[in-house]
Amino acid sequence: MLGKTAGSLFWMARYLERSENNARLIDAGFRIALTRSSTAAAEWRSVLVTAGQDVRFRQAHQDYHSQRVVDFMLRDPANPSSILSVVKQARDNARTARTYLTREVWEAVNTSWMALGAQLKRQVREDDLPDVLAAIRQNNALVRGAFSGTMLRNDGYNFARLGTFLERADNTARILDVKYYLLLPSVAHIGTSIDNVQWETILRSVSAHRAYHWLYGTEISALKIAEFLILYKQMPRSLAFCCDQMNDNLGLLQRAYGVETDAIRMGSSMCRERLSRPIGSIFDGGLHEFITDFLRANAALAQQIERDYRFVE
Amino acid sequence: MLRGKGWGIPFFDEMTGHGGEVRSPYRDYHDWFDREDAARIQRKAQQAEAFFRTTGITFNVYGEDEADERLIPFDVVPRIISAGEWRRLSRGIEQRVRALNAFLHDIYHRQEILRAGRVPVNLISRNEAFLPMMMGMDPPGGVYTHISGIDIVRTGPNEYYVLEDNARTPSGVSYMLENRETMLQMFPELFAKISVREVSDYPLNLLKSLSACAPPKCNGTPTVAVLTPGIHNSAYFEHSFIADQMGAELVEGHDLRVVDGRVAMRTTQGYTPIDVIYRRVDDDFLDPLNFRPDSMLGVPGIWDVYRAGGITIANAPGTGIADDKALYSYMPDIIEFYTGEKALLPNVPTWRCSDPDHLKEVLDRLPELVVKEVHGSGGYGMLVGPAASRKEVAAFRRKLEANPGNYIAQPTLSLSTVPIFTKAGLAPRHVDLRPFVLMSPQGITITPGGLTRVAMTKGSLVVNSSQGGGTKDTWVLED
Repeated sequence: MLGKTAGSLFWMARYLERSENNARLIDAGFRIALTRSSTAAAEWRSVLVTAGQDVRFRQAHQDYHSQRVVDFMLRDPANPSSILSVVKQARDNARTARTYLTREVWEAVNTSWMALGAQLKRQVREDDLPDVLAAIRQNNALVRGAFSGTMLRNDGYNFARLGTFLERADNTARILDVKYYLLLPSVAHIGTSIDNVQWETILRSVSAHRAYHWLYGTEISALKIAEFLILYKQMPRSLAFCCDQMNDNLGLLQRAYGVETDAIRMGSSMCRERLSRPIGSIFDGGLHEFITDFLRANAALAQQIERDYRFVE
Repeated sequence: MLRGKGWGIPFFDEMTGHGGEVRSPYRDYHDWFDREDAARIQRKAQQAEAFFRTTGITFNVYGEDEADERLIPFDVVPRIISAGEWRRLSRGIEQRVRALNAFLHDIYHRQEILRAGRVPVNLISRNEAFLPMMMGMDPPGGVYTHISGIDIVRTGPNEYYVLEDNARTPSGVSYMLENRETMLQMFPELFAKISVREVSDYPLNLLKSLSACAPPKCNGTPTVAVLTPGIHNSAYFEHSFIADQMGAELVEGHDLRVVDGRVAMRTTQGYTPIDVIYRRVDDDFLDPLNFRPDSMLGVPGIWDVYRAGGITIANAPGTGIADDKALYSYMPDIIEFYTGEKALLPNVPTWRCSDPDHLKEVLDRLPELVVKEVHGSGGYGMLVGPAASRKEVAAFRRKLEANPGNYIAQPTLSLSTVPIFTKAGLAPRHVDLRPFVLMSPQGITITPGGLTRVAMTKGSLVVNSSQGGGTKDTWVLED
């Protein structure tokens, strides 16, 4: 297949994943802003930092007013990471890779872009926000369903999957990066209700608060949350899960092409070196350092994939 | 001529003639329509629009916001052509395409037709589409016009005219295919009742036809690719559609480079040579080394590969001379010169404004004529005299006087009408027809029917999609 097409499939999947992750972040931020207005501004700031949009937001706005943040993250055309911009980029990539997509996948992508455009024509009222965010998640589920149900399991499929899991790992790691201080065991106010709410927010922003309680019971502890998000292999947004998926797809590419690329070696060492140890040892080495290092390795892997498979010249 | 609006008019209606009984090709359809619930058809028409949107069958209008993707209106009433009518048309089309190809070969070789004085030399030498670099070149298989679209209008039961030839990169074939697909989904029962000739084999015929023109250096099964300017091009949907249907790669200039004397595409595993390139970019943009240095759309060095027999370019560079509207007026002579036969399909009588006598007559009769730019397309920059205001006619007169060589004029034809479906029932609208013609060393293939374009506005004679025209499914009936 064309390198450009592989790149388009990779980026289509990344942008779709990003739109869904950002919808989740907005959802979690909105919940805190509603229930605890005193910390709303700080919370919105951390949401923007996690999504990598804080600098741009502050260039355009004075304060972290809920309505303004939500509008900026949802539909500001001047914000290249707004959900509207991101879904447009996903669709542009899908159009470029159109000949490699089934009709079902293309139509799902195109329909979600059209639906989103209609929903985000005007500023979203607070009471409509949950519906809009739910619709974004639903549209993504449609694309995912069509993708898994109709696409050939060939190299194109692998490139799209790589995009999905690179983006997802990046997102989970960023959430941890912004909130890591809440997870440090040494912090004095541990166990207070403030932290419980904050921790719930972390779990909500990866849609995993139910799964967590189902797994660990009612006790919320920093160590367990970190373990759950970093090492727990059955949790589909954990770093370990994403790493496994990336390696599976890289392995399939190796089998299809008969070539072991640098990207394949990087992918497998990323998992082995960073994620095959207990959570205690990660904390001992410094949670913040660990996450920073993971984010760097993940970005380097993305670049290597781009080079090895000739996405661009 | 444009006075009459509605039924009982001086126009020939393909369903009712001049407002009389239903003509035979339409009889079965008309019976079906009479018994149908109009509300149901209305619903289907709305579904069709939603279908076109989700499928992404849209186009961008030049100069407008790229986000503004428009639908070409689709009308649910088919345009129906009888087997006999089609036989006659297709013979005329085939003759014309053969002549065009022979003409292009001649112009780029011995130029017999110029020596014989049948076509003036300056029509070629001043033609911007003429490519001196093609002189003496033999395109693989001797084919110049792999794909052409011949625009035809009808004015009576047995009167057809060729309106223009599109030998460069005719577009619209995806609409022909999707219109049929849509009709099959909406009204399957109609196709059970009425035997309509298939159009769906066009993509495979195109692939076969292109493969049959593989270059000398091709090794084994030819690799075919479609070259597009990219997703912002107005016809991108069509480019991806055709590539998808042929199972060919859809490439852009930056996917290609010359490697070891071949044009190769960058795949995830390195560069792979391609044999035949169906390009949907203009000549100027093909090769920045040999043509426009500022072009990012083409492939540096493709020209040298072409000359050395390493790639087939479809259509061949330089075929655009045949699209020139001044040259068009010589088509009857061109056909006679190369085939020894009279043209089976006549031209529309044409005044060449470069000729002072013609110009004088055109200026005298401007309000009743249609005037077009010789290199224009898409319905831009033209005057439809009878539909224009006095002011518009006066403004056009000044443009024409300033640069007469840039224009041709034709009488306003009473284009035939075909009914469209409106809220108030069936209503006649003017149409034209673009059949698609494939040429290879193995012969000429014409898909039965083609693309029918329809002026959706009452009384309008302009069918171009950029001017609000729509399309219809075109049926050629089985014998």
